[in-house]
Amino acid sequence: MASTSRWAGLGALAVFLAVLPQVLPNNYYVDVAVLAGFNAIVCVGLNLLIGYAGQISLGHAGFFGLGAYSSAILVTHYGWPPLAALLAGALLVGLLAFAIARPILKLKGHYLAMATLGIGIIISIVLNTEAQITGGPDGIAAGNFSLGGFELKGERAWYWVIAGLLLVTVWLATNLVDSPVGRALRALHGSEVGAEVVGVDTTRYKVLVFVVSAVIASIAGSLFAHYTSQLTPTKADFFKSIELVTMVVFGGMASTFGALVGAAFLTMLPQVLTVFEDYEPIILGGIMMGTMIFMPRGLVPTISAFLTRRRP
Amino acid sequence: MTLLSVEKLGKEFGGVHAVSDLSFTIKSGTIHSIIGPNGAGKTTLFNLITGIYTPSSGRIRFDGKEIAGRAPFELAQWGMSRTFQNLQIFFNMSAMENVMVGHHLHLDRRFLPSLLRLPGIARGDEKAREISAELMRFVGLEAYVKADAQSMPYGALKRLEIARALASKPKLLLLDEPAAGLNATESREIDEVIEKVAQSGVTVVLVEHDMKMVMGISDHILVLDYGRKLAEGTPDEVRNNPVVVAAYLGGGVP
Repeated sequence: MASTSRWAGLGALAVFLAVLPQVLPNNYYVDVAVLAGFNAIVCVGLNLLIGYAGQISLGHAGFFGLGAYSSAILVTHYGWPPLAALLAGALLVGLLAFAIARPILKLKGHYLAMATLGIGIIISIVLNTEAQITGGPDGIAAGNFSLGGFELKGERAWYWVIAGLLLVTVWLATNLVDSPVGRALRALHGSEVGAEVVGVDTTRYKVLVFVVSAVIASIAGSLFAHYTSQLTPTKADFFKSIELVTMVVFGGMASTFGALVGAAFLTMLPQVLTVFEDYEPIILGGIMMGTMIFMPRGLVPTISAFLTRRRP
Repeated sequence: MTLLSVEKLGKEFGGVHAVSDLSFTIKSGTIHSIIGPNGAGKTTLFNLITGIYTPSSGRIRFDGKEIAGRAPFELAQWGMSRTFQNLQIFFNMSAMENVMVGHHLHLDRRFLPSLLRLPGIARGDEKAREISAELMRFVGLEAYVKADAQSMPYGALKRLEIARALASKPKLLLLDEPAAGLNATESREIDEVIEKVAQSGVTVVLVEHDMKMVMGISDHILVLDYGRKLAEGTPDEVRNNPVVVAAYLGGGVP
């Protein structure tokens, strides 16, 4: 039952991603689609932590930034091959997330939010101030991503890579959610003590999902470092973390496709709203407030519940 | 055979002795009730046995192992599970999934196979679904096999917790006020479920206020008052014990 809807969703996403570039008029639109893809990958991972396991993180842009800067620094200063730099970044972020997860995930609610916020801010400050290796506020250029002589260049080539990676991420995330591991994550969201008494080591699962979501952010960050012409610390700052959480909540918590839609929607919306010039932030804020007031569960769960109800 | 033994157990909360110097044993294959007036320390004792609290003093042995201070999930691995007075249902999941979580320890739960949904994971889930449906029938929830937990009435949720606990295949099942908040009919139905559970070979310990239920189904009763053991024995012995009567009805001990 659950598996057919999963394949249907994945199939629909694949078709959508395949058709999309055909209808995009120029490379500016492709660029927005690629940026939406990067955000979507991070959000699908972050949704495992926030939406499914019920743990907040206001520091995930920090992990995205650490991955990005690991790649940029290892490639430009040390001449590493981009793939090796990406893996090293993911390993570093994974180890860091693992080391901090145990103490901070003992915290709940506002306290956890504060602790993760602190981590994000520390990472952001380090990236800003260690200018001799990070380039400081001016940023750093990582160059093109290349693998075995093939160099990844141009929006359209990137589009296919990111679309493929997004599809794989969604596939893995939906697999995980509908497995004993995923049920343990959702259970500890529902009741930690209830999960414990039937044998779920809740601390272990919290650490696991924190590390997984951080590593996904890191990998996306590493690729982003190569995609963007100049990587700056704003991609790792507090506002970026908030943006990521907003995308997850806006699209719908505990819905993988919700995270995806939220990321795509909130990446595009500011671009669309630029026609309103100075009023853009006000209209953006208004749309977000309206959505949360009228669809508190987020876009995708609300719409899917509406459609299910209408079915005879 | 002794399944659980408690020796000189004590728990202090900032100078208040919720449980003190408490010793008793529980034989396997019995229904054992813990009763006592409000504030007697019943729920504290439950939380000590099931690893929610760490004892201030004393020892707890379960199935030959010293378990005082061990985490609840470890105790579950060794064959102990429980339900809660204030429900601890996973309201973000379906009723069936609630029970499937109960089966967690008996499934392949490795991360990478789960991530790739290898055939073994899919097969395990299929089996877990069958077992969960069977357990839901066992506790009388066949009507809710496809329901979401949040759409179920209170009485059904109490049974759902029992089904979830049973899915972990416990040797010892602790039920914290299984009949609280239920009407007379529902309470009798829960009665039957508990007796069925005991007949299936699971040792049951329950905290309960419903005296009719306690006297009807218990093999052995432990009476607590002010965190200490007041009396112990069969339902008849306890019912006729003047100290117990005094504690419940008030008045001095003759």
